[in-house]
Amino acid sequence: MVHVNGDNKSDSLIQVRSLFKTYTRGNESIEVLKNLNLDIDRGEFVAFMGPSGSGKTTLLNLIGGLDLPTSGSIVVDNDEITGISGSKLTDWRARHVGFIFQLYNLIPVLTAFQNVELPLLLTGLSKAQRRDHVEAALSIVGLEDRMHHFPRQLSGGQEQRTAIARAIVSDPTFLLCDEPTGDLDRTSANEILELLSRLVEDFNKTILMVTHDPAAACQAHITLHLEKGVLIESSKVVCE
Amino acid sequence: MAIPFQYNLRSVIERWTSTIVAVVSIAGVVAVFIAVLALAHGFQKTLVSSGSPQNVIMLRGGATSEMESAVSLDQIRILQDIDGIERSSQGLPLVSSEVVVVAAFPMKSTGTDANAQVRGVSEDVLQVRDNIRIIEGRFLNPGLNELVVGSRASQLYSGFQLGNTVLFGGSSWVVAGVFDAGGSAFDSEIWCDANNLNQTYKRPQNIFQSVTARLTSEDAFESFKNSVSTDPQLTLSVEREIDFYAKQSESVAILIRVLGFLVASVMAVGAIFGAINTMYSAVSARSVEIATLRALGFRTRHIIISFVTESILISLIGGVVGILLVLPINNSAASTMNWQSFSQLSFSFMITPEFMLEGMLFAVLMGFLGGLFPAVRASRVPIVTALRGL
Ligand SMILES: Nc1ncnc2c1ncn2[C@@H]1O[C@H](COP(=O)(O)OP(=O)(O)OP(=O)(O)O)[C@@H](O)[C@H]1O
Ligand SMILES: [Mg+2]
Repeated sequence: MVHVNGDNKSDSLIQVRSLFKTYTRGNESIEVLKNLNLDIDRGEFVAFMGPSGSGKTTLLNLIGGLDLPTSGSIVVDNDEITGISGSKLTDWRARHVGFIFQLYNLIPVLTAFQNVELPLLLTGLSKAQRRDHVEAALSIVGLEDRMHHFPRQLSGGQEQRTAIARAIVSDPTFLLCDEPTGDLDRTSANEILELLSRLVEDFNKTILMVTHDPAAACQAHITLHLEKGVLIESSKVVCE
Repeated sequence: MAIPFQYNLRSVIERWTSTIVAVVSIAGVVAVFIAVLALAHGFQKTLVSSGSPQNVIMLRGGATSEMESAVSLDQIRILQDIDGIERSSQGLPLVSSEVVVVAAFPMKSTGTDANAQVRGVSEDVLQVRDNIRIIEGRFLNPGLNELVVGSRASQLYSGFQLGNTVLFGGSSWVVAGVFDAGGSAFDSEIWCDANNLNQTYKRPQNIFQSVTARLTSEDAFESFKNSVSTDPQLTLSVEREIDFYAKQSESVAILIRVLGFLVASVMAVGAIFGAINTMYSAVSARSVEIATLRALGFRTRHIIISFVTESILISLIGGVVGILLVLPINNSAASTMNWQSFSQLSFSFMITPEFMLEGMLFAVLMGFLGGLFPAVRASRVPIVTALRGL
């Protein structure tokens, strides 16, 4: 289940309470998130929509432990991440969050295999175990035959699938995707969305995805709109 | 586990144009650094090899060089009979009483005059210094105005062909032979009869500047020295010949090193700034990559280690290039003023494996210092703004 009213006392995987985020630039301050509440259960696929500048990326960064809120709390799997900082937060990210970016953010000088292996270097896995995990992740995204290619030798869709393999290889608690299809053509975008749906249906992953594309949002279980600093539940976007 | 080394290796290769300045400046420093060590070492080696451990040199007490020393014939007669001095086949003590002067000769290369040390020696000098061999002609005849020329001097100056007549000190001298002194300082000298040299320069006939004696063995030194020191008529300093030349070389070698290191450290400051600049531009060009690595869970220290490693990698390349630049000068000749006698002394650059290792360590130090601050900055790249590409 997904709720945005904040009065849910459940044991949701992700619980956001009274979240405020204010940016100050000079003596001008912008309140991006204003008393935002959100509950997301395990296995959900949530799409976030909203006008440009409404704070979608800001919200994802806060839930992903990349940034700290002005006030409010975020609890993930019973860990209050708003209370930790520094290298503890870094370690928390490595264990719990898989990031998928609009521009893939692969390391250009590393092969697909090496890019996917990166998160595993932070674990105690042996070289052989890492290879097994990397190969498994690459085969889920259908790139086992491209693993020794460098990013520039891959198409945009293949790069994004490599990035997805990197996000899932360490089996994180949830995935954060910020406009994962924003830079792709329709066909590649559909492949990526199909892949994300498959991760939810077949592997019970939890996915939070920001998108401007109704065709992407319709793949999610639910679409939330970010407006004036809070989330509004909207009717499910139906795929055409 | 750390960020893989290949990340740095391939990044350096990818961005080679921006690393070239750092590589070249570090290479320059390493080359100069090794050249200085090789120069000082070659100089010292040349002087030290002049001495023999079995020989002893005596100067007037308190004198630090032959130039300021005087030993009288009377003193020489006394010390000749002290126990411990080796005897020649004729049963005579193996002693060379010597005088030195500096004379100007035209150099082959430039045609201009340079000072050479001329040494007046005794008849038995070749038995006293058994590492010296006549390689052309013959040894000089005592009592005649004849010369034997050191191999480097014969290459350095014109006019020392066998049989030629050379003018200096107001007399004319005939070149009788060329000797090889195994690369030691004597190779830069010109030898003649000590008495004839005193005559030419109108010096008193019974005064010499140094006495070198060959001992029966290296171990005979202590008791010989003791005997000389306790004789009230002999106010002489006694030293192993090898120690004497080691001391002679020290001040000049230190001077070479100090001047050389001064130049090298000024260059090193430049090279460190070159490395800093290269690494800062690497950090800012790769801020999105760094932010991504940090988002994935790599810690501050992973990032710092990675970028310091990259800087050291660049400096190692610089070090290797520097060694390749400096290696061709190995064994090439150099000459310098010997400040003790104000004469030319030829020697060779001597590059040893230790110098190359020290050069590499110096390069690593520069790379470390140059990489540290940019690496710390990399570790502080704010993830959120960097990911937005700001
Ligand atoms: N570091 C920052 N400093 C100041 N203002 C910021 C900062 N980051 C974001 N903002 C502002 O916060 C607001 C929300 O930005 P955010 O990137 O979250 O929007 P978004 O919904 O993701 O937009 P888009 O759809 O264009 O990606 C914007 O007005 C933006 O200018
Ligand atoms: Mg955004």
